[in-house]
Amino acid sequence: MAGPGAGEPAMEDERSFSDICGGRLALHRRYYSPSCLEFCLSCPRISLRSLTAVTCTVWLAAYGLFTLCENSMILSAAIFITLLGLLGYLHFVKIDHETLLIIDSLGIQMTSSYASGKESTTFIEMGKVKDVIINEAIYMQKVIYYLCILLKDPVEPHGISQVVPIFQKTQKMVFVQHTG
Amino acid sequence: MPRLLQLLWAQLSGPGMVLKAFFPTCCASADSGLLVGRWVPEQSSAVVLAVVHFPFIPVQVKELLAQVQQASQVGVAVLGTWCHRRQEPEESLGHFLEGLGTLFSHEPWLQLCRERGSKSWNCKATRRQGPTPLAPACEDQVMLIFYDQRKVLLSRLHPPAALPERQAGDATASAGGLAAVFDTVARSEVLFQSDRFDEGPVRLTHWQSEGVEASILVELAKRAAGPVCLLLACLLSLVSAASACRVFRPWPLSFIWSKLSTCEQLRHRLDQLTLVVSAHRAEGPAQLMRKANTLVSVLLDMALGLLLLSWLHRKDRFAHLAEALVPVADRVAEELQHLLQWLMGAPAGLKMNRALDQVLGRFFLYHIHLWISYIHLMSPFIEHILWHLGLSACLGLTVALSILSDIISLLTFHIYCFYVYGARLYSLKIHGLSSLWRLFRGKKWNVLRQRVDSCSYDLDQLFIGTLLFTILIFLLPTTALYYLVFTLLRLLVVTVQGLVHLLVDLINSLPLYSLGLRLCRPYRLAAGVKFRVLEHEAGRPLRLLMQINPLPFSHVVRTYRLPSCGCHPKHSWGSLCRKLFFGELIYPWRQRGDKQD
Repeated sequence: MAGPGAGEPAMEDERSFSDICGGRLALHRRYYSPSCLEFCLSCPRISLRSLTAVTCTVWLAAYGLFTLCENSMILSAAIFITLLGLLGYLHFVKIDHETLLIIDSLGIQMTSSYASGKESTTFIEMGKVKDVIINEAIYMQKVIYYLCILLKDPVEPHGISQVVPIFQKTQKMVFVQHTG
Repeated sequence: MPRLLQLLWAQLSGPGMVLKAFFPTCCASADSGLLVGRWVPEQSSAVVLAVVHFPFIPVQVKELLAQVQQASQVGVAVLGTWCHRRQEPEESLGHFLEGLGTLFSHEPWLQLCRERGSKSWNCKATRRQGPTPLAPACEDQVMLIFYDQRKVLLSRLHPPAALPERQAGDATASAGGLAAVFDTVARSEVLFQSDRFDEGPVRLTHWQSEGVEASILVELAKRAAGPVCLLLACLLSLVSAASACRVFRPWPLSFIWSKLSTCEQLRHRLDQLTLVVSAHRAEGPAQLMRKANTLVSVLLDMALGLLLLSWLHRKDRFAHLAEALVPVADRVAEELQHLLQWLMGAPAGLKMNRALDQVLGRFFLYHIHLWISYIHLMSPFIEHILWHLGLSACLGLTVALSILSDIISLLTFHIYCFYVYGARLYSLKIHGLSSLWRLFRGKKWNVLRQRVDSCSYDLDQLFIGTLLFTILIFLLPTTALYYLVFTLLRLLVVTVQGLVHLLVDLINSLPLYSLGLRLCRPYRLAAGVKFRVLEHEAGRPLRLLMQINPLPFSHVVRTYRLPSCGCHPKHSWGSLCRKLFFGELIYPWRQRGDKQD
């Protein structure tokens, strides 16, 4: 799509895709200026159904153990485990959205935001970027494509020191096919 | 997606760079004046360090900049003008500012402008296209990047790849665009020394212009550190001289010192303390961090040791421990006796060779008897010894744990002896068996060629060889069982000692000061930077906020880990199993400079 004309506000655009497992992903594009562009990929939120299912399973198992052992510590332990497990999952595992910010002649910044609000950011300077490529990977029985950045090797001028996939945590993006 | 690829490809292959102006957040509300900083042509970025206010005399400004340049080796120059004005543009000020461009010539000339009370900024960067001053100027696109000057000054960038260390007198920019910004701000500290209460000829605004930061406690500590360090260094040199004196040289004593882990730990602590109180200044920030980490680690160690000591003394626990020690040792010896009686009978239903069984069993039982008598001999002195050893806990928790490990090895010395006897006997048997097995098949080990060769034996050689082979193989289960039992006991003791050593290692090598710094002042240890796009209006330049991305805790531990004693097991699991099978002795905890048995 073409860039905005002079005097227009920042352009925003949203499209939805489906990932290789069938879940819905939303891609949000934001155009700040001719030298700054942002892509935001949002994952589906945690569903109440799965949360209820897991909690019920854990508590039923704990109640079953309690009827066997007659020890009430099992029930309190089950509550603690559920709470800590949920907090840990929200803080370390569940991704809310991932952002890619590209700034002209400065660099590329990748941010992952977790469901608990934690953000982890990586910034790659433009001088270190050698190339941007589309790489193929075989995942189970499918072949998936993903974008990644090649970094220059400081020692060897033609070598590659690292391959950094973009949207690494989401990592299920298929940008070949999209649904409306 | 095609737009993304287009943009990225343009960046990688296109020549034109957008001009980046790094502006300190403290100067955003300053009055109009001149921008002073450094221009980095390779990155096409201008790092603004301070704002010089009106009125000023251009000659004095140039003198100040020359002084700063000489002191800090940073190419500081006047980069442009800064205008902080009200809604109505003042024409006279505009012309005046443009006139300054001819006084302080700089390519490109920056003109930053902000309307008072609003968030709209304007910037222009003009370059003259021709040699004459009347040639038409061309404008570059400018991007404004705000940075917190104090945090950038104090932080230390940790690049992911290890760059070679640069000398102090290197005047060129370090590799990497952002490292150049950090470098510039860090080296221009002399520019920030004057605040607005100084009666200097030039009035500056920077992060310290409201008053130079200082702390009374830090100043007092710096003054007191000199004599204290000198005193401690003298004491430590006395201690190390005493420990190196000739009384401790003769063979039995030096052998014992090398085996005790307490001595190793004390020596390690002595080395560390000598490093901390040495009179040399730290060469670089890494050395400074190491000294600070060592100091904090030693202080924490001592605090924990004193805590342990006070806990032990509180309910007269020393007496309880001493009273409990002898019965525990007796109990262990009794259990061992029961074990040997069991082995001498029919252990686990296996049928042993009676004669060998009795010989080995009685041999080991006699040792246990000796051991019990030794313990009973020592029992009146145990409490005093323990009390004196407990006093050494005030040297640190690590010393107390090392003493514990040594006490464990002394109390289980008989298990170690049994293990050595069993292992030697077993390995002898295995070697004999392997050699006789070769004879059984008509082969021989060729020492010259280091391989197995066929050999024709005489009949009587074969007869005796086969006889011996049969005897050895029928005696194998007995020896193997004894070896197995004592090896398992020894491995148990070694595991317990290993855990204690691991704890000591952890306390020794954890960089507590760096972890505390990462917790309380995360901007000091930077892994990189992160950018945030500020409110953007069409037609205005792009504004970004640069913040410091702190180093993750795992990286902090990895980078600033202190060197420990280095008592790590050097065998892999495969070689360990091989050694166990062939009956070779295992020494999992090799100290530095230990000789092979």
